[in-house]
Amino acid sequence: MHPAPSVIVFTVASGLGFGLLAFLGLGWPVPAPGLPAFLHWGLGYLLAAGGLVASTFHLGHPERAWRAFSQWRSSWLSREGVAAVAALVLLAPTALSDWLDLGLTRLPGQAGAVLAALTVLATSMIYTQLSSVPRWHHWSTPPVFLGFALAGGALLAGRTWVALPALVGLGLLLAWVFADGETRFARAGQTTGTATGLGRIGRTRVLEQPHSGPNYLMREMIHIVGRRHARKLQALSLVLAAALPAAIVALVLAGVLPALAGLALAGVLHMAGALAQRWLFFAQAEHVVGLYYGKR
Amino acid sequence: MTSLPAATSRRLGLAIDLDTCVGCQACVTACKGWNDRAEGHVGGLGDADPYGAEPSGAFLNRVHAYQVEPEAGPPQTVTFPRSCLHCENAPCVTVCPTGASYKRAEDGIVLVNEAACIGCGLCAWACPYGAREMDPTARVMRKCTLCIDRIYNETLPEEDRIPACVRTCPTGARHFGDFADPDSAVSRLAAERGGYDLMPDLGTRPTNKYLPPRPKDRPAEVAPLAPLLDIRAEGIAGWLDRILSRL
Repeated sequence: MHPAPSVIVFTVASGLGFGLLAFLGLGWPVPAPGLPAFLHWGLGYLLAAGGLVASTFHLGHPERAWRAFSQWRSSWLSREGVAAVAALVLLAPTALSDWLDLGLTRLPGQAGAVLAALTVLATSMIYTQLSSVPRWHHWSTPPVFLGFALAGGALLAGRTWVALPALVGLGLLLAWVFADGETRFARAGQTTGTATGLGRIGRTRVLEQPHSGPNYLMREMIHIVGRRHARKLQALSLVLAAALPAAIVALVLAGVLPALAGLALAGVLHMAGALAQRWLFFAQAEHVVGLYYGKR
Repeated sequence: MTSLPAATSRRLGLAIDLDTCVGCQACVTACKGWNDRAEGHVGGLGDADPYGAEPSGAFLNRVHAYQVEPEAGPPQTVTFPRSCLHCENAPCVTVCPTGASYKRAEDGIVLVNEAACIGCGLCAWACPYGAREMDPTARVMRKCTLCIDRIYNETLPEEDRIPACVRTCPTGARHFGDFADPDSAVSRLAAERGGYDLMPDLGTRPTNKYLPPRPKDRPAEVAPLAPLLDIRAEGIAGWLDRILSRL
């Protein structure tokens, strides 16, 4: 699939942002009133809302984006939009209370934390639901997105004892998903023979393409360029998103590294790794429509 | 609403005969011509750089060509038109966040309301068959409407009230009708010829049926030019041939 930069930035930033907001909503930690609370909550809102804005850049008609809130009964993309806005609205009283030291109840924040988690789940379900893309159509896709939100959110929230196991778990999950993903297309069992139904006669292969130049389908679904450095990017994302941040958090816990500097460095590395992983998530995903073109 | 109707009273669709199709691309051209009109239901099928070095445009119908190699016998060429199958369980409809994609309860046709389409492209991702293409100029999703502006159009002569691809097909490889009616021509054709679904495992339950190429009815080993190899010379050449053969 075509790795659109706006979608990569959106899913990484909003996943990280909603992860952080969930921790803050739960009051874990409750940042000190004034500037610390403003900066902490502000970072969460910037990432989450900035990601949502970035997601509209790949739309053909962003001015109609408000319509996407209407189909929450059937569409995961619509549910994502509704949950995201609801989470941002519900978290606002708690954020203001922390910032201005108003002493309001944390109940809306706690509800907002649940909605933040549901937003990340909805994002992951947009991809998981597609049986046309076997690499995504798998139970492991929601855990990957939720794992990034949990590990990244815990890092940014300074919850070291959550971040360490979450980062280690995320790394193990990613390593397995990279390996398992290689065979998912074959396991789905679709071939040019089943796509055309001509497999019942014999081995089916493309004799001639239906058009001489590439079309929308080929540009969007058959993106081969992005897969060239798949192995290197997989290693890079494992090291940057999971291994190095986990090592830094361990050093922080051991008292070797100062907490703020260590967590900031781990957060930046983790985000770079998440971008590499998300690039691969799209670039390596093969759509069954490629079978009509004899390509993957 | 992008929820699918529980049942549709009619199931309009196509039966495409792979035995008869010759891959002439007339259906591709007729479809593009009819649906590229601004006043039509689709409202245009845009082209990017149409007369330049890298032309690329939206089409609702593409004709592929495959080589099929049976276990025994020589390979066969099969030309294969590919367009929207108007699935009963259409995955493109339920993913739509705006309600622009919908399936009509009265005839099962899957349509896009252009005015509500945000051009996110998720429906095209959800379709296993590549039936939807983004219009590069209007930046909204385009798809086959079964020529809804022909089949119900009473200003057209009756013989023209069928999809443009069906009307134009010079070999009669495309048939239009109601698959919900077991006695319709398309239903009988599909039953008699073993009409099948594409990628049925994906659970999309397509309405359109493909009729497989008929088995070859002549032994493949007899080459059509074989009689020409058995040349018997006559006249002076024949006399020379006989004399020289005896030497």
